Amino acid sequence: MHQLWLIPAFPLLGFLINGIFGKKFSKRAVSLFAVGSVLLSFLWVVKTLMAISPLETLYTEHYFTWIASGAALNIGFDLSVDRLTSVMLLVVTGIGSLIHIYATGYMAHEPGPNHGGYYRFFSYLNLFMFFMLILVLAANYLLLFVGWEGVGLCSYLLIGFYFVKKSATNAGIKAFVVNRIGDFGFSLAIFLIFIQFGSLDFQKVFAQAGGLADEVQAGVITATCLLLMVGAAGKSAQVPLYVWLPDAMEGPTPVSALIHAATMVTAGVYMVARSAPLFNHAPIAMEVVAVIGLLTAVMAATIGMTQNDIKKVYAYSTVSQLGYMFLACGVGAYSAGIYHVMTHAFFKALLFLGAGSVIHALQGEQDLRNMGGLRSKIPVTFLTLLCASLAIAGFPYTSGFMSKDEILVAAHHHSPAMFWIGVITASMTAFYVWRALFLCFFGRYRGSAHPHESPLVITLPLGVLALLSILGGFFRVPVWLEPVLGKAPEGHDPALVIISVAAGLIGIFLAWLFYVAKPGLPDTFARALKGLYTLVYNKYFVDEAYDAVIIRPVVDGSRTVLWKGFDVGVVDGIVNGVGSVSRGVGGILRTLQGGSIRNYAALTLLGAVLVLAAVAFTGGAQ
Amino acid sequence: MPSIPLDAILFLVLAAIAVGSAINLVVQTHPINSALSLVGVMISLAVLYLLLGGEFIAAVQVIVYAGAIMVLFVFVIMLLNAGAERPRTRLSFSVAAGVPVLLAFLSAAAYFILKKVPPAEGVTFGGFTGGSPRAVGEALFTRYLLPFEVTSILILIAIIGAIVLAMKEID
Amino acid sequence: MPDFSLPAAVPISWYLILSAVLFTLGIAGFLLRRSIITVFMSIELMLNAVNLTFVTFSYKLKAVDGHIFTFFVMVVAAAEAAVGLAIILTVFRNRSTLEIDEVNSLKL
Repeated sequence: MHQLWLIPAFPLLGFLINGIFGKKFSKRAVSLFAVGSVLLSFLWVVKTLMAISPLETLYTEHYFTWIASGAALNIGFDLSVDRLTSVMLLVVTGIGSLIHIYATGYMAHEPGPNHGGYYRFFSYLNLFMFFMLILVLAANYLLLFVGWEGVGLCSYLLIGFYFVKKSATNAGIKAFVVNRIGDFGFSLAIFLIFIQFGSLDFQKVFAQAGGLADEVQAGVITATCLLLMVGAAGKSAQVPLYVWLPDAMEGPTPVSALIHAATMVTAGVYMVARSAPLFNHAPIAMEVVAVIGLLTAVMAATIGMTQNDIKKVYAYSTVSQLGYMFLACGVGAYSAGIYHVMTHAFFKALLFLGAGSVIHALQGEQDLRNMGGLRSKIPVTFLTLLCASLAIAGFPYTSGFMSKDEILVAAHHHSPAMFWIGVITASMTAFYVWRALFLCFFGRYRGSAHPHESPLVITLPLGVLALLSILGGFFRVPVWLEPVLGKAPEGHDPALVIISVAAGLIGIFLAWLFYVAKPGLPDTFARALKGLYTLVYNKYFVDEAYDAVIIRPVVDGSRTVLWKGFDVGVVDGIVNGVGSVSRGVGGILRTLQGGSIRNYAALTLLGAVLVLAAVAFTGGAQ
Repeated sequence: MPSIPLDAILFLVLAAIAVGSAINLVVQTHPINSALSLVGVMISLAVLYLLLGGEFIAAVQVIVYAGAIMVLFVFVIMLLNAGAERPRTRLSFSVAAGVPVLLAFLSAAAYFILKKVPPAEGVTFGGFTGGSPRAVGEALFTRYLLPFEVTSILILIAIIGAIVLAMKEID
Repeated sequence: MPDFSLPAAVPISWYLILSAVLFTLGIAGFLLRRSIITVFMSIELMLNAVNLTFVTFSYKLKAVDGHIFTFFVMVVAAAEAAVGLAIILTVFRNRSTLEIDEVNSLKL
């Protein structure tokens, strides 16, 4: 036994301590428990992974039987690790630790009682870590689902952290409701898996997956995989369920970095990669995954080009990059997808944390139009963001270059068309990220605040992440994952690499041209392509379409039929009916309880007489 | 010539006094009249106890009941300056339902007594001498020692309770 | 012609009938009177009626136990009178009435 349970137990303990007693602690103590628990967890991950290596097969620890019903249903509280898990564990706890440290600086100046809910923030963050680690460590689908729902809950709590802001609570509810749709699909998939395989344990399910008849593979497995993809689309913000993620930026920036960029949103990719043995038998489902991924990547990238809120830009970038990961999974390059999960966690966490640093420096300003020229005022932030932007644009030998390259090569192997669309998207990615960078740091300062560099607790995690963004690609994840997920398609064509690098550089150049060299050019373009620009700027009116097609009918139907009709008419009618019948009966019985002692005595006497009469008629006590 | 049935005559006279006093108790509207009637009932019952051989109980009946308790009643009547009841304005449920039920109760009780108790047995004065103070005292301090001691606690509680209840609140 | 001559020994049932009559009169007092004090006295009357039964059966069984019970009933009656009259005093102080029908709200 390697005591895997300790990995999630540390953050859980941190959550309990801060959640229960945090109100009485000083900020220093809260930070100590919160950061300490995650760091301990990280250290324990490193220790266990070194102890268990080489991890080529699933190592499982069984703790207790969680649910046992009948002969078939037997679900244990089992945790397991293999190489796939190890990557996720290191990313979650490592980046989680950095972001926790960062957050102690970022949240230090919250106004309001209890330092603006400082302890609440960190207890939620610890709780999130706990559920995320359960999700990653789970050895069966149901336990994975527990973590899945748990991180959803924490996401909801943290998006709505500033609960006095209506937009924040609305965004939290939106995230929660949209995730319900995905989770509905996921739970159906779990039922299907159980019906088909009689178990939910990964090992048992995957062992049986290969030996099934063709028609089963075509039918049940495909359906299962499509439903799993519905779940993944909800959690990982894919078309058509991506709408919640941009709104989720209402949460504090460390939350955006940790939950909505680095870890939780990649849970869908992890789940698909984990279910690779199933997906491998469902080519149709894989095609769907790839198409959804590609569609999401393109759509989010176009929207990202027009946004003015720095966090919104990065949010659409996240959606787009998640699309890349699904593209990788869909074309069978799961290891490339996980590779990108890791590198994306590095540079996207850095982008968000850097954005947070900028926002922190500008006292809450998020609009790119009110920034500019910050290069000299906050140089550390600028340098780190520069690293991240290079990485995401695919500059050679940065981490983003390595993983994106793997994905594009695999896509080309599957279908050249996908490769070209991916390259165009990469170009757009470079464009909007550098657009944000130029608008923020170059030109003339257009705001009114007095920027100041952030303290060391903020810049230190930025520095570490910047290093990882540049050099993180040299952790050769695909090679490490080969025993688990199989070999990625070969065929390193230098021409493909050059094309993708060139696409990135073109994107950077265009951004420079539009926003540094010729600042008037964007407006000209926007005017010339007014219709298209309005469409993209308003995010293709997807929110409005959902509102008109789904939300409005549901709300109206609920209001007229369910509320006015059923609830008021039937439910209230029954309830009120019960009430008035009770009152009527009570009114009759009430006269007996008038409080008059003599009436009580008379009734007691009546009772005595009746007893005597009964005794007399039954013959008495002989 | 038959001897004079002195026991029966005494019983009938005392029973007549007791029932008459009890009826008076119920009929009178002024509490002080009722209280005096109750004293009459109790004294006639004391003599009946004597006829049944209860010397000690007869004495206690006169001293404790007719003496102490009734004095307490009279004292409270005096203290509260209780007057006669006001005439009743309407027939209450307890009266309307009570009187017929009461008659039914009495007839049921009489039915059981006449059916269950053999009429042949009779009470004559001196037929039982086990109720002397000596006999009662022996029983109280041997077989009934524990209940007897417990009554002292009961009375203590009653004293404290009465004081607490009747005490004027100290502001 | 029925025999109206009195028996030499008084039948037990006579005593018991007397007890029953007194008890019934006690209940009647409870039900008919509205003065709390009179109601209380009716209760005492009922206790006395029961005492008579105890003593009568003690005679019949030639045992002293009935007397002991009567003794205890008297003790209880004394304690009850003390507490009961104190309660009446308190009620009168709070309500300025001795009408039992007006004390019917089960609270002060």
